[in-house]
Amino acid sequence: MTHLRRDDGFDGRGDAFYEQLVAAHRGLTDAASGALNARLVLLLANHVGDAAVVAETIAAARRGLDSGGTGNEQEL
Amino acid sequence: MATYQYRHYPYRTPPELAGTTPARPPVIIVGAGPVGLAAAIDLAKQGIGSVILDDNDVVSVGSRAICWAKRTLEIFDRLGVGERMVAKGVTWQVGRVYHRDRELYRFDLLPGGGHHRPAFINLQQYYVEEYLVDRVEDFPQLIDLRWKHKLAGVEQSATGVVATVETPDGEYRLDADWLIAADGAKSSVRSLLGLAFEGRTFEEKFLIVDVRIAADYPRDRRFWFQPSFDPGQSVLIHRQPDDVFRIDFQLGWDADAEAERQPESAMARVRQVVGAGVNCEYEWCSVYTFRCARLERFVHGRVLFAGDSAHVVSPFGARGGNGGIQDVDNLCWKLAQVVRGEATAGFLASYDRERIHGADENILNSSRTTTFMTPKTVVERQLRDGVLALAPDFAFARGLVNSGRLSKPCDLLGFPGFVADDAAGAGALRPGMPCEDAPVAGADGRAGWLLDHLGTDPVALVFVANRREAAEIADSVAACGIARLTVLAVTERFQGDLPLPELVDADGLVRARYGGAPGVTYLIRPDQHVLGRWRAWNPSALGVAWRVCLGSAKA
Ligand SMILES: Cc1cc2nc3c(=O)[nH]c(=O)nc-3n(C[C@H](O)[C@H](O)[C@H](O)COP(=O)(O)OP(=O)(O)OC[C@H]3O[C@@H](n4cnc5c(N)ncnc54)[C@H](O)[C@@H]3O)c2cc1C
Repeated sequence: MTHLRRDDGFDGRGDAFYEQLVAAHRGLTDAASGALNARLVLLLANHVGDAAVVAETIAAARRGLDSGGTGNEQEL
Repeated sequence: MATYQYRHYPYRTPPELAGTTPARPPVIIVGAGPVGLAAAIDLAKQGIGSVILDDNDVVSVGSRAICWAKRTLEIFDRLGVGERMVAKGVTWQVGRVYHRDRELYRFDLLPGGGHHRPAFINLQQYYVEEYLVDRVEDFPQLIDLRWKHKLAGVEQSATGVVATVETPDGEYRLDADWLIAADGAKSSVRSLLGLAFEGRTFEEKFLIVDVRIAADYPRDRRFWFQPSFDPGQSVLIHRQPDDVFRIDFQLGWDADAEAERQPESAMARVRQVVGAGVNCEYEWCSVYTFRCARLERFVHGRVLFAGDSAHVVSPFGARGGNGGIQDVDNLCWKLAQVVRGEATAGFLASYDRERIHGADENILNSSRTTTFMTPKTVVERQLRDGVLALAPDFAFARGLVNSGRLSKPCDLLGFPGFVADDAAGAGALRPGMPCEDAPVAGADGRAGWLLDHLGTDPVALVFVANRREAAEIADSVAACGIARLTVLAVTERFQGDLPLPELVDADGLVRARYGGAPGVTYLIRPDQHVLGRWRAWNPSALGVAWRVCLGSAKA
């Protein structure tokens, strides 16, 4: 079974990817940025296709968000 | 500052105003910062004289640059100041990155051994400048360092430049063939020439504090995103000599710079970092915003820009001073060729090309870091925080965490003037790349380093198996037709008595790094970059490569 990959899939070009992603949002309102992210998720999930990988991705992305926070709060 | 005594260097009335006969220097250098001082030394090593003008009479007030990269140290070695810098500096190569209180990862900048110089040292800019000034004093016949001489005007013609200089004794005019503008980010030469300096300002304020802490703190670079102990966005700590620590606080764009700059409020922040019980003393602090900008061209007729006058970057990545020293390394031997009449002025276009490439690489990397560190919108913050949240579990996300991509030597692969690779596959070092160091022993058996034998003049490095091969090569060196060429023979085991200077590669690291089978030949530029390489010694090919490099032959 294929698993969600954890290693660097950008082959050392991660900084360029990140720059491209931030640039894609430039000039958008917060709502439009949310819409862009939603479309990106749908397109990339379709490209991945594999239902098990998509399920694993959703679980990994959701981790820490259930308390209603962003996952970046300080734990007290 | 408690740990550093500033010395006021003496002002002297220049010959132009004292009534004695002034000599016309080949080169005027404006600015006695790290770049101007290094340029004067590099030119002097080429036998070329200069007058340095500086409007001040002390070294850098407050430290500013502290991180000096391996490539800079190698250039400093070539200039004869590397040892002193490394002896005083704090050597480090491990960086740790935290999110809140959790360590996300650590990086090791120089995992492989067999290099003389470490990945980085931390050394305050005032020490770097002081040691360079001391080295300048070794060349009294060639370098005339003039403190409290402010450049106020510059004119140029096809044959030279005339600078107008203000001193405590009044104004004078100074003629020269060339002028190097090393007068920093606020360059007067740039404004006098009316040149645009365009780029991007980052809307963020940083408080930068140097403190003395007697406790034994780690020497690793430590960076926190959203630290639990400070209200700001990030904190960076570096250790420097004299138990001085540099702490950078990311304050946010709305911070009140004037209030934050007060030593009491800066120290209140510092105490949150180091803990209340730790004894620490204030040294220096300042508040900065940063921008990335560069001149469109660095060569303007007989005026040549180098260092911060030509380009500025944000400091995360330590690319400002390190980039400026690489400018010097690239420029000075080329200017020396032109001054000696061995190349035409058109050769300096290669400086423009190669160092604009270097500046763009530095600007690209430091802009990306700044984007990551200073998210500007809700979604940018979400993306950034998403990366930080995934980093503990996902290697790819750790790769995206960006607290600075630290200065690396710039390579010139595929640039004009480098010849085609005639030894492809021989090793990783291709034409356009800076040479890699490795341990070698000289003919006297003394252990040393390869890079100490390369540079300032062109060098051919030839791998030889025995005395007969070395003798054949020695007989045909003149056929290369390269002025001041040094040919070095690399051997596996000590041969002795070779007709060429011998470097013994007992550990095999030169062979491994240079793909050195017998006969393999590297031609190396005076700035320690591989100009070309061949599978066999070929004097006429070496000669053509050198002339192509100088622009006097076609590739
Ligand atoms: C907070 C901070 C941290 C930094 N950290 C690092 C780091 O870790 N690593 C790194 O590599 N870089 C770092 N930098 C960048 C580094 O300090 C600069 O890139 C470096 O000083 C540039 O050297 P320079 O010689 O080009 O210019 P400068 O050091 O600015 O020197 C210019 C000189 O020209 C003189 N001058 C100016 N105008 C005139 C005139 N009209 N006539 C005569 N003289 C004149 C000035 O007095 C000065 O002495 C940092 C910068 C800052 C602000």
